Parts: sequence; structure tokens; C-alpha cells
Amino acid sequence: MIAFLKKYEGLWLFVHSPAAMIAALLAALILLGAVFAPWIALVDPYDLASFSLFDGLLPPAWEDGSNPKYLLGTDDQGRDMISSILYGARLSLVIGLSALTIAAVLGVGLGLAAGYYGGRFDAIVMRIADVQLALPAILTALLIDGIARGILPTAIQQDLRVAVLTLAIALSLWVNFARTARASTFVQMNKEYVQAAIMMGQHPLRVMFVHILPNILGPLLVIMTVDLASAILLEATLSFLGIGLPADSPSLGTLIRIGMQFLLSGEWWILWIPTVFLVVLVVSINILGDFLRDVFNPRLR
Amino acid sequence: MVYFILKRMFQSVFVMLAVAFLAFSLFRFVGDPITQMTGVETSVADQERLREELGLNDPFVYQFARFTGDMLKGDFGFSYRTRQPVADMISSRIPATLELGVVALIISLLVGVPAGVYTALKPRGVLTQAILMTTLVGVSIPTFVIGIMLIFIFGVQLGWLPTFGRGGTVQIGGWESSLFMIDGWRALLLPAITLGVYQLTLTMRLVRAEMMEVMRTDYIRFAMARGVPMRRLHYKHALANTMVPVITIIGLQFGGVIAFSIVTESVFQWPGMGLLFLESIRFVDIPVMGVYLVVIAFFFVLVNLIVDLLYVAIDPRLRIKDVS
Repeated sequence: MIAFLKKYEGLWLFVHSPAAMIAALLAALILLGAVFAPWIALVDPYDLASFSLFDGLLPPAWEDGSNPKYLLGTDDQGRDMISSILYGARLSLVIGLSALTIAAVLGVGLGLAAGYYGGRFDAIVMRIADVQLALPAILTALLIDGIARGILPTAIQQDLRVAVLTLAIALSLWVNFARTARASTFVQMNKEYVQAAIMMGQHPLRVMFVHILPNILGPLLVIMTVDLASAILLEATLSFLGIGLPADSPSLGTLIRIGMQFLLSGEWWILWIPTVFLVVLVVSINILGDFLRDVFNPRLR
Repeated sequence: MVYFILKRMFQSVFVMLAVAFLAFSLFRFVGDPITQMTGVETSVADQERLREELGLNDPFVYQFARFTGDMLKGDFGFSYRTRQPVADMISSRIPATLELGVVALIISLLVGVPAGVYTALKPRGVLTQAILMTTLVGVSIPTFVIGIMLIFIFGVQLGWLPTFGRGGTVQIGGWESSLFMIDGWRALLLPAITLGVYQLTLTMRLVRAEMMEVMRTDYIRFAMARGVPMRRLHYKHALANTMVPVITIIGLQFGGVIAFSIVTESVFQWPGMGLLFLESIRFVDIPVMGVYLVVIAFFFVLVNLIVDLLYVAIDPRLRIKDVS
């Protein structure tokens, strides 16, 4: 009953928050566009045969000298901007979401165990978390990427770029999950239902994942939303720095890096359209995160 | 008091040792140093002799001790990429990054603290709502996009400021400074603002939260009832007590400033340590990466040590607690 009311209340708040609704709509549109990119997109930016240099540097449809076929213009290679962006968003979201999943599984697992067992295990996990928290996520990700470059043989490095990037982002984001899960677990540990479950001799894993986890999902969901935005930003930043993905499989960050070359010449759309797209995506997710935080924590507002 | 300082010093040394160990492991285990130093035509016997000469067959602990000892003497080894001493490469880049970071921090404090105080004192004001909305968007815009936007507006469209490099610099005893020439300041402005924006939003939010907290306390209410002028109340009584968190912010933000200076330096081609670090990652130049880490950790530890000592100087309560 209480759960239902809470759900109902969240929905009610959602309908009454125009910012959250617009943000959700934009995020959903981008997500759909990214998922269905292969069917919507005019050309396949990975397939050299599907576009031609003759269509290069066409401005968006509302400017002079444009081709109505390419609504937002084309880049120097003749790739349709919309197609590049849809595929780029697809890659950004895939990397962001998988990094987030790895970070969540790792962080929540360690946090639950730290909160459940306490003692020395808790101390070790939290010291590692403290040290990593002192280093900003971007530095951690850069470092992991650099180490991967040193360890992996050159031959397979190109193929593993996406995996390395995902792992680097995941390993720099797990701390938030671990700290939140641990703090919430501590609170739950003193409750009778957990004590009862332990007393009944249930397996620790069962207590952690079946009993405690469902009761600490709220704050974790907030962290997830906020960290999804961070993951997408991290990926974009690393790709922009030229450390992330190679130019032949462009994510949003790579597109912006390529667009930088046209900053001084007149082709503004190659730079600004992916940039606006990235900012809209991240701002939408952050607004949703703020909204969720307010829903789960009524004391804050 | 002396005990507190000694304890903090000991902790700092421990952190530095941990980072040195990380740098050492990087150098020793990520790729083989011998293959990096020798060419393909070097015979296996020669490689083995070199390995023995450099002491790479010695016990691990012994190697680490030697590594740390060399670092203390200022010997940081040689870069794989340029074959120059890493110490020279890094030290020539330190002034650029430090000047950028310090100016960015100053911008973030000069704007962030007053904005935080204002939004705390007038929580329902129109300007407050506007500022809060702007910071939400500001946090969501990646640093490099802010940099590109500034370059586009002030560099390309208006043509007021340079878009890359450091401009004019002056040599002062080996410190290459851009703070003494107008040209240098013009080049510094855009990167410093780019770097400062994110820190600014953090400063503002923290000062705002702290100020609202302080305004609710009994002694402020009492001072209000006593008829202390509002101006004096806000700026003397309340603000003084928000200064401790503000100092904490400086300590915490230093790490962020250094990390994001990598991005900012890349956007503006600012010749600092961050740009060097990026290049060294791209070329897997492990010695430079390791030394960068150690140098950054050193500054980080130093700043946080100073911050902790400042606490004691600012907050009399900490001194009393120590005595008892």
C-alpha cells in the first residue's frame, strides 16, 4: 500500500513538473533515435560506400546552397550530420550504460558487503574509495586508459578500444555506488527484518540481495541517473581529448573533436550540432536526476 | 598542536609513498623498460647485461627503495619518447599549469562566494532563481564545450582574445610567467574562466548551503534580536563562520582544477603539465605518466596540509579541543 502511494506520489509530482516532463521527453526521443539509428539514418557513417565526398560540407537545410536531403547538413566526408549524430549517440549511450552497469554491480556489491560484514573488509573498501575519491574521475579514467595502452599488445588495441573505454569509465564511477550502498545498508542492518533473516540462518548473499537490496534501491536509482550523465560526459571528454574512440567509429565526443577543426572556417554546423545534442542529452538526464532526488528525499524540498 | 602537525605530516609522507609505489609499479610492470630502451638489433645477451647493470634483477623492495631515493634527489629518469630527463620536461611545464589553476581558483572564489552568500540571503529572489538555474545548466555543460564556446565568441566572432597558447611570458629565475604582461593575461583569461566555471558552481552551492545553515543558528537569531545591523550581521557574524568550509573547498577543488586543467589545456593548447600528460598517454610514455602522478600528488598533499593547518589558525575551537 505504502509502496503504491509512493509510486502514485512520484507520478503525481512528475505530471506537475514541466521541467521533468520535457527532460524525460527529450531523453526518450534521443534514446529512441539511438536505438533505431540503423533504420532511421540516411547513411551508415561506418560504411564508406554509403556516402560520397561530392556531398561534402553541405550546410543545414535552412541555409543557402543546401541539399534538402540532408536536413542538418553534411561533414567534410559527405556524411549526413543526422546519421552521424544518431550513430554517435548510440555509441555514447551504449558505452555510458554498460559502464554504468559495471560500476553499479561492482559498487553496490562491494558496498552491500562492506555494510553487511563491517570490520576490516569495510575499512579496506572504504579506504580504497577515499583514495579514489581524492582523484577526480577523469584522471582515473585517463590513467586506466594509459595503463591499458601499455599492457595490451598493439595488434588488438584498436578492437578493444570500446571495452577499454567502458572499463575505464566504470572503474572511475563505482565509488559513488559503493558509498551510498554501504551507508544505506548500515541503516537497514539494525532493522528487525534483517536481524530476523540473519537469525533464521539465511545465507548472507540472500540477506544482502533479496532482503536489503530492494529496500535501498531509491537512493541508488538517484545515483544511477546522475552517474549516467557523468558517464556520458566522461566518454565525450575522453573521446574529445583523442584518448577515447578512433575517428572511424565516432561517438558524440569524437564528432565534436572533428568539428573543432572547422571552428575557424565557416562550417559551424559540423561543430555545433553535435555539441548542442550532447548538452541537451546531459542536461535532460541531470534534470531527471534532480527530480528523482526530490521524489525520494521529501525532506530536501 | 605539535602532535597534530606531526601526525598530519606523517600521513602526508605515507600518501606520497603510496603514490610513489603506484608510479614505480607503472614503470616496472607496464611494458618492459628494457624493450623501451633498446632497439630490435640489440642482442639478448646485451639486453640481459643492461638489465643487470640497471639493477632490474634486484629484489623488488630494493628496487623500490632506490626508485624513491632517486626521486628525492630529483632524478626522475628519462622519457621514452623524447629521451630527455623527465625532471626538466615536467618542471618547465609547472608554471603554466599552476598559474592557470590559481587564477581559475581565484575567479571561482571571487564570483562563487558572493553569489553563494547572495542566493542564501535572498532564497526567493528572482535573481537567485536565475543564478541557480544557470548553475544547473553550467554543471551539465562539459568543460571542453565551455572552452569551445568561449573561443568561438571571444576569439573567432569578436576577435578580442587569443584562442591558443600562452601569449607573452617573462622569465623570472627559471619561472616562465605570463602574469607580468598584458599579452600573457589576455591569453590566460579564456582558459582560466573555462577552468573556473565548474569550480565556481561548486563553491557557490557549498557557500549557499553553509550560509543558510549558519543563518538558522541561535547566535545569529540572538544577534538579530539584539538589533545588530543586518549588514554587519551578514558579513561579520555569519560569513566569518562560513569561512572554514570555504577553505575546505579550496583544498578539495585543487584536485579538480588540476584534473580539468588537462581538458582545458587540450582545448586551448596551453603548454602545461596536463598537455604533457595527455601526450605521454598517447605515446605510452610511462616515466612521464608516473612522474606527473607524483608531482600532482605532491601539490595535492601540500595544499591539503596547508588547509589543515589553516583550520587551526582560523577556528579557535580546534585549538581548545587540542589542549584538553
